[in-house]
Amino acid sequence: MESLFDLFIRSIFVDNMIFAYFLGMCSYLAVSKNVKTAFGLGIAVCFVLIITIPVNYLIYNLLLKGGALIWISPALENVDLSFLSLIIYIAVIAAIVQLLEMIIEKYSSALYNSLGIFLPLIAVNCAILGGSLFMQERNFASISHCVSYAAGSGIGWLLAIVAFAAIRERIRYSNIPKPLRGLGISYITTGLMGIAFMALSGI
Amino acid sequence: MMQLKKYLGPLNRNNPITIQILGVCSALAGTAQLKPAVVMCISVAVVCAFSNFVISLLRNTIPPRVRIIVQLLIVATFVILVDQVLQAFFYEISKMLSVFVGLIITNCIIMGRLEAFALANRPLPSAIDGLANGIGYGLVLIIIATVRELLGSGTLWNYRIIPETFYQNGYINNGLMVLPPMALIIIGVIVWIQRSANKELQEEY
Repeated sequence: MESLFDLFIRSIFVDNMIFAYFLGMCSYLAVSKNVKTAFGLGIAVCFVLIITIPVNYLIYNLLLKGGALIWISPALENVDLSFLSLIIYIAVIAAIVQLLEMIIEKYSSALYNSLGIFLPLIAVNCAILGGSLFMQERNFASISHCVSYAAGSGIGWLLAIVAFAAIRERIRYSNIPKPLRGLGISYITTGLMGIAFMALSGI
Repeated sequence: MMQLKKYLGPLNRNNPITIQILGVCSALAGTAQLKPAVVMCISVAVVCAFSNFVISLLRNTIPPRVRIIVQLLIVATFVILVDQVLQAFFYEISKMLSVFVGLIITNCIIMGRLEAFALANRPLPSAIDGLANGIGYGLVLIIIATVRELLGSGTLWNYRIIPETFYQNGYINNGLMVLPPMALIIIGVIVWIQRSANKELQEEY
């Protein structure tokens, strides 16, 4: 198993959520009109990823995996609930996002004002569910691997959306062919950024 | 006639990917080859049509406050069904698509259509609307996959299209096409072509 730090760096640059897997593209395109809001959403995604992935890891390994229920009673050895994982993950994510929103609202109104509007959006962000599904597919050895993977992915997403928002603020002043304005150039810019990020895959 | 036009909207004028900006996430993942792309768009169309239908049946009984959770659960149920069917009958493809089948749940096309159409319309039109959006989404997917597979590996549906003699005379596959970022650039080009044809879709800045 690779070291925690390797995993962290890999998930920021090489397995970047946006450039390598296109996860969370919808909000990435919608909320990247200026750097400030993009940063807010990026932080919120980081936050939610770091909490949901380890929680889902525990649920998967203690309840859903084939033979995982053995700690309740040996009779449950053959029970395999992994087909339920999708529905459980999405429920956990929705619940945690709701909880986080309430906690942040109660204890830090400054943070709530900057994150608050983005939190409900995040429940249906594919990056979050995708993170949990990748966690299941990769079979991490321990919960600390999960945390480092989650932090890396979150920071990678943040990096991508902030960089893209910064480019997009500049694009406004350039002379683009009319049919390409708005959505078209956004896709192409993201593609080019993706190619640029691939240069980092040697790390 | 008007009705028909409304339902066919998602295929071009109101395409989920290029105009409504919905469901881009999963649109790009399975498109390096044609086969997974076709499977993907059939799955999305099926999930979209059925969940639209069910939500529309329940539209008067779901309390508005909890509707998001109810919608997610219904969509998740259908996605699990599709996932299990794929694993049982098309194991290879289901391995290739890996997490992206699961990600149909958070595909914004489905949530978007549920919110925008199924909650306010009768079951049958909702099902048709879901199907049309699924197909409009699939259309874009299939175009991208065709370009990428043809130029990237010289095959279509795993059959060789570009003959061997080309390779002997120095033709080389465009390796860039197989890489993920090219999907984005192709989609950008599709948007470009579509908007040059339909001037009213162009954006201001």
